[in-house]
Amino acid sequence: MAHTEWKDAPGLPDFSLLKRLARDQLIFLLEQLPGKKDLFIDADLMSPLDRIANVTILKQHEVDKLYKVELKPIVSSSDQLCFLIRPRIQTVKWISDLVNADKVAGRFRRYKIIFTPQKFYACETVLEEQGVYGDVTTDEWNFYILPLDDDILSLELPEFFRDNFLEGDQRWVTTAGSALRLLQSVYGSFSKVYGIGRCAKMVYESWRELMEDGEQRTRQPEFAKVFLVDRDVDFVTPLCSQVVYEGLVDDLFRIKCGSVEFGPDVTSSDKSIKVMLNSQDKVFSEIRNEHFSNVFGFLSQKAKNLQTAYDKRRGMDIQQMKAFVADELKGLKQEHRLLSLHIGASESMMKKKTKQDFQELLKTEHSLLEGFEIRECITYIEEHINRQVSMIDSLRLLCLLSITENGLLSKDYRSLKAQYLQSYGIEHLLTFANLRQLGLLEEQQAGETLTVMESKVGKLVNDKTVGKLTDAFSSLAKKSNFRALSKRLALVPKSGEEYDLRVPRDMAYVFSGAYIPLSCKLIEQVLERDGWTGMEEVTRMLNGQEFAVTGGSSSSEARSKTDAQRIVLVMFLGGCTFSEISALRFLGKERGCRFIVVTTAITNSSRLLEALLDNSA
Amino acid sequence: FVAYRGQTELLGPLRKIELYEMGWNLKDGLRECLVAAAPYGGPIALLKGHYRRSPSARPQLEIYSSSGLPLASFPWKSGVVKQLGWTVSDDLLCVQEDGTVLVYDLWGGFKRHFSMGNEVSQSQVLETKIFHSPYGTGVAILTGALRFTLATNIDDIKLRRLPEVPGLQEAPSCWAVLTQDRQSKVLVANGSQLFILDNTACTPVTPPGLSPQASSIVHMCVSFSYKYLALLTDSGHVWMGTSNLKEKLSEVDTKIKTPPKQMAWCRRPKSQQPSAVVMWDGLLIVVGECKETIQYHLDDDSVLVPELDGVRIISGTHHELLQEVPGACEEIFKIASMAPGALLLEAHKEYEKESQKADEYLREIKEQSLLSEAVRQCVEAAGHEHEPETQKTLLRAASFGKCFLSNFPPEQFVSMCRDLRVLNAVRDYTVGIPLTHTQFKQMTVQVLIDRLVYRKLYPLAIEVCRYLKTPEYQGVSRVLKHWACYKVQQKEESDEVIAKAVSVKLADAAGISYSEIATKAYESGRTELAIKLLEFEPRSGEQVPLLLKMKKSPLALSKAIESGDTDLVYTVVMYLKNELNRGDFFMMLRNQPVALSLYKQFCKHQEQDTLKDLFNQDDDHEELGNFYVKASYKDQRLEARVALLQSAVDEYYKAKNDFSAKTTEDEMRLLRFQRKLEEEKDEQLVGFSLQDTMTTLLSVGLHKHAEQLYKDFRVPDKRFWWLKLKALAEKEDWEELEKFGKTKKSPIGYLPFVEVCIKHHNKYEAKKYVSKVTPEQKVKAHLAVGDMEGAAEAAIERRNESEISTVLSRCSATTDHLLMERLNRAKATAVKK
Repeated sequence: MAHTEWKDAPGLPDFSLLKRLARDQLIFLLEQLPGKKDLFIDADLMSPLDRIANVTILKQHEVDKLYKVELKPIVSSSDQLCFLIRPRIQTVKWISDLVNADKVAGRFRRYKIIFTPQKFYACETVLEEQGVYGDVTTDEWNFYILPLDDDILSLELPEFFRDNFLEGDQRWVTTAGSALRLLQSVYGSFSKVYGIGRCAKMVYESWRELMEDGEQRTRQPEFAKVFLVDRDVDFVTPLCSQVVYEGLVDDLFRIKCGSVEFGPDVTSSDKSIKVMLNSQDKVFSEIRNEHFSNVFGFLSQKAKNLQTAYDKRRGMDIQQMKAFVADELKGLKQEHRLLSLHIGASESMMKKKTKQDFQELLKTEHSLLEGFEIRECITYIEEHINRQVSMIDSLRLLCLLSITENGLLSKDYRSLKAQYLQSYGIEHLLTFANLRQLGLLEEQQAGETLTVMESKVGKLVNDKTVGKLTDAFSSLAKKSNFRALSKRLALVPKSGEEYDLRVPRDMAYVFSGAYIPLSCKLIEQVLERDGWTGMEEVTRMLNGQEFAVTGGSSSSEARSKTDAQRIVLVMFLGGCTFSEISALRFLGKERGCRFIVVTTAITNSSRLLEALLDNSA
Repeated sequence: FVAYRGQTELLGPLRKIELYEMGWNLKDGLRECLVAAAPYGGPIALLKGHYRRSPSARPQLEIYSSSGLPLASFPWKSGVVKQLGWTVSDDLLCVQEDGTVLVYDLWGGFKRHFSMGNEVSQSQVLETKIFHSPYGTGVAILTGALRFTLATNIDDIKLRRLPEVPGLQEAPSCWAVLTQDRQSKVLVANGSQLFILDNTACTPVTPPGLSPQASSIVHMCVSFSYKYLALLTDSGHVWMGTSNLKEKLSEVDTKIKTPPKQMAWCRRPKSQQPSAVVMWDGLLIVVGECKETIQYHLDDDSVLVPELDGVRIISGTHHELLQEVPGACEEIFKIASMAPGALLLEAHKEYEKESQKADEYLREIKEQSLLSEAVRQCVEAAGHEHEPETQKTLLRAASFGKCFLSNFPPEQFVSMCRDLRVLNAVRDYTVGIPLTHTQFKQMTVQVLIDRLVYRKLYPLAIEVCRYLKTPEYQGVSRVLKHWACYKVQQKEESDEVIAKAVSVKLADAAGISYSEIATKAYESGRTELAIKLLEFEPRSGEQVPLLLKMKKSPLALSKAIESGDTDLVYTVVMYLKNELNRGDFFMMLRNQPVALSLYKQFCKHQEQDTLKDLFNQDDDHEELGNFYVKASYKDQRLEARVALLQSAVDEYYKAKNDFSAKTTEDEMRLLRFQRKLEEEKDEQLVGFSLQDTMTTLLSVGLHKHAEQLYKDFRVPDKRFWWLKLKALAEKEDWEELEKFGKTKKSPIGYLPFVEVCIKHHNKYEAKKYVSKVTPEQKVKAHLAVGDMEGAAEAAIERRNESEISTVLSRCSATTDHLLMERLNRAKATAVKK
């Protein structure tokens, strides 16, 4: 059932332009420091940078040696040091120390810091406090967006999630606003903007202000609608095990900046191979959105086809053979290579995932989503913790349990927490504090009392005020309301029915037919209704903060039927998973439109939870 | 033939245009006045009665527009003025004898003053020159000690004292400032010797081909562009050449040996002919390339004002422009000219007379295919004409010619019409900015608008912007902003009235920065008005810096937060941190959670102790506890770790978080235990979790110690059983495992026993536990050890359909044929039931 091309789907804008813009600016900045220089790059910028300007380009612009920023003393003989970093206090402090050390040693060098995507005042303060403000020149490389694929744009800011949602540090809001502004200035304005979440609202505001500041250019828009969504609107989806091929590859092998490193167990050699995973890879693009149970069958079919293609050689005359070698062979070889890699990967996946434990893990997840046999689930989780199966997985199940059940009973909470600490150490006290702050893992009592109070107060006053009061209460308690939401939006299909994963009937297929991702469902509903009307109760349960704004281009009515009107930009603030992307691709196919995903970073359950750990020294 | 109309007088290759009849009424003309006129048709400053040095009569400082309309007038009360001059932005500089420079705006308002240094004030100013360069307006001073001091840019004063001139005994005969190689230098003549002074050296130079009769250079002048130099010698010769003294252009004998009053270059850009103007009392001589000079008489005391493309001559009654006749004008207006432009003009004239001669002329141009050239000439010439009538005639001719051309680009014509309209408007007597088209193009529209604004000609400025379609942001909005800035300084009106007026006028203008206007209001002492105006500022971020300046920090903080720009919040927080005392600072943060969390972020990286203080202030014991826990595992030393954990325990108790307190206490106990054991048994343990500790202990056979932990820390039975099971299996200590299994009833059941044995490939041991497994798990257990019969037995016994199916699926058709039949039968009955 491979769908290579969506029928009736609009074409996508050319995002390689963004790369070119970023590259040109970087080159310009490098040339601001003429002469040979050593370049120090933040570790997490290495991969994105490689996608923009490779080593050859850097060398062309007189970069002598490349180093990774390791926050350790450096060995560089160059007289010019250039630092390409994220605006982090720690890194700036390290640079200041470096400069001061050089000063003490009586060494004269020129230093240039290029902050990307932008400079923060905090960083300059550090330079000032360390007394090196005058010794260092600073610049900004406005590299906001890295196109990972035809329909995935990433800000490559994994720390967005923790900074914004946990630490309450909103510094990245303007960055996200600037990214939208960049898209708008290159690809035209939008006719409608929807969003939900506090951060989404702030990003929209910041974007709007940027638009007002700059000159207005009206041109044919390349997207119709924009949807902004906060990660904390839907924590359930990223906490579930991914079972769609691309998501599974990410869970198991960790896709980094659009490429993955397959280890020896996959390549069946003693080498690891780095592979780019995107729509350029013909094999991958056909299986990325498939449930993994289908993948193997598909791959073997593909292998057969390939064999047939090879077999064509037989009985060819010289002329035909020549044409075959010239035109097809290279393609076939390439396909062959990729095919064997993906077969290797899915084999290794099958080995891990068809094992008993994984099936049980999935079963527990599904029970939690359905709200079924909770006691058994708790026992399972307990065992999981006791046996030290996986630090992150245990935590993930605990969070899923808490969210779906609106918090844990006090007794369970304490016992599970105590056991977890016994297994993994007391420093996870802080992890638990973080999880509680985010509402990912909570004790029930507070919420309970509130509900009681709520209903008491509710009886005294009329209905309208109840809504408001509930708003106030729910924002206090930060309840997840998952069960109610799930019912209202029909997120969990009725159990008992067979779900044919080969012919998915809705977005639930990305979770084996057990659950439709909440985030994607919201998007679907809002696009269908062209706004939030009729979803008041849902938004109330999600703590409100929804908005829908009609954009500046008033003439949008006239060209409402153009292709652009069927392209929807979805921005995930705090990260999105491959499962969600797959679900949106499916939705797009169903509705004859296309989604472009803009995300602060690609995430999954491990990344999400690792960001909240506090056990690093 | 065509000749110049009334007010333009031709003087050979030059023309003299009368710009204005001066509107001022000066009794004594310019006699005994210190005069300074700004270039680009700028204002004129006069210091009257300057030479009468009686203490009773104060000199009068007067400022006029170029047309002589008064702008300001006031008695001079400060010291003796040596020199007046204008800056590039139309500010008046008055250089006093003691080296102090006073700066006034064009309305006579005092702006500021600065000094040219101690050395100057001690030895007094002898002579001064004010000059313009790409770096701004500069001041050069010759002191009484015969040394030069100069500042290249008065807005960013860096005083430079130039090296001494060798052999200079008295004031040099003349000197000038040059800008060369991005440096300001002084050219000095001492008798016949010439020196160039720069920052480091004094270099003697010789102009090539200077006539030998000269024993002294008495006057010199540098062209507007600093490219050319003219020297006048005591023998009356004018030497003209490039200012780098590498090339001589010409030398002319004026035959006058008295020193002149003033000398100036009169040359348009790109012209090939050098020409300079020398002025004596009542006489003006123009010297050029040929030996002949042009002389003419001056009725009155006059001043020469060098311009980019000519020289303005200002006298007590008149204001004239002397310039080389522009090429296009010459071509067209030269007597009997056959240039295409001239023919086109003639053709148009005939056409207006409805004469067929028009056609003849046109044909003549077209035959040489010069029509487009003709149109261009007419348009260009129109630009150089000052009389609107002449401009019109020329433009009409151009437009006429254009009719016979296809594909002639219209831009030049259109923009010339626009430019001229603007130029005519600003040249108007009431405005008095006599710009030429060349000057206008050089100074740009933006600067012109600035000048109009500076003269408070707001309506005209707006009209110009609208007419030239200047983008609103740079045009109308900018003017309105200046208007508003001026308005807020009007002290006589109330805050409300002004705020209202400003908001009404500026309402629909794009890109207005209210904060800038508010800043102006604040600077003129109207804080309340400033706050009112800030309310109109839509971008809250813009309000913040001024609010901070006005010490409205709480408001600034909340505005910054409102703006959503974290960086801005940060700026305010950092500002407050330095501004307020710690207590107040913390109090303020307390009311602003966004700012607080931001500051905490900063502290986490930079100031751990402050972070603690913050939690302390808020009595946030929970966070304090977390803080200590975090600190504890950063510390390597055990004692310190335990001490920190103790602090955490205290805080958790204060926070009524018994759970965390207890857990932390446990951790302290565990640490001590680990330490003790480490010393005794030499096993790496410190820092392990409870589970890991027990695992390690079991794996090295320290069962007793593990048991102790199990009891001391109330480890759940299940966990301990799992642990021990795994550890024993790993060591393949089957005997011990069996014993352990019998100690009491297993809390985790016996299936794990079976599984763990199978995992270590010991089917024999596994079978021992199968019988102990609970009925529900029997099937699984049998299957695990590969006992199909047993599994089938158990499944059938339990009459469980799904279990039977599971067993069935594991059966292979060849070997377990009988079994399958039995199972199928049992399944059928189970289903029936």
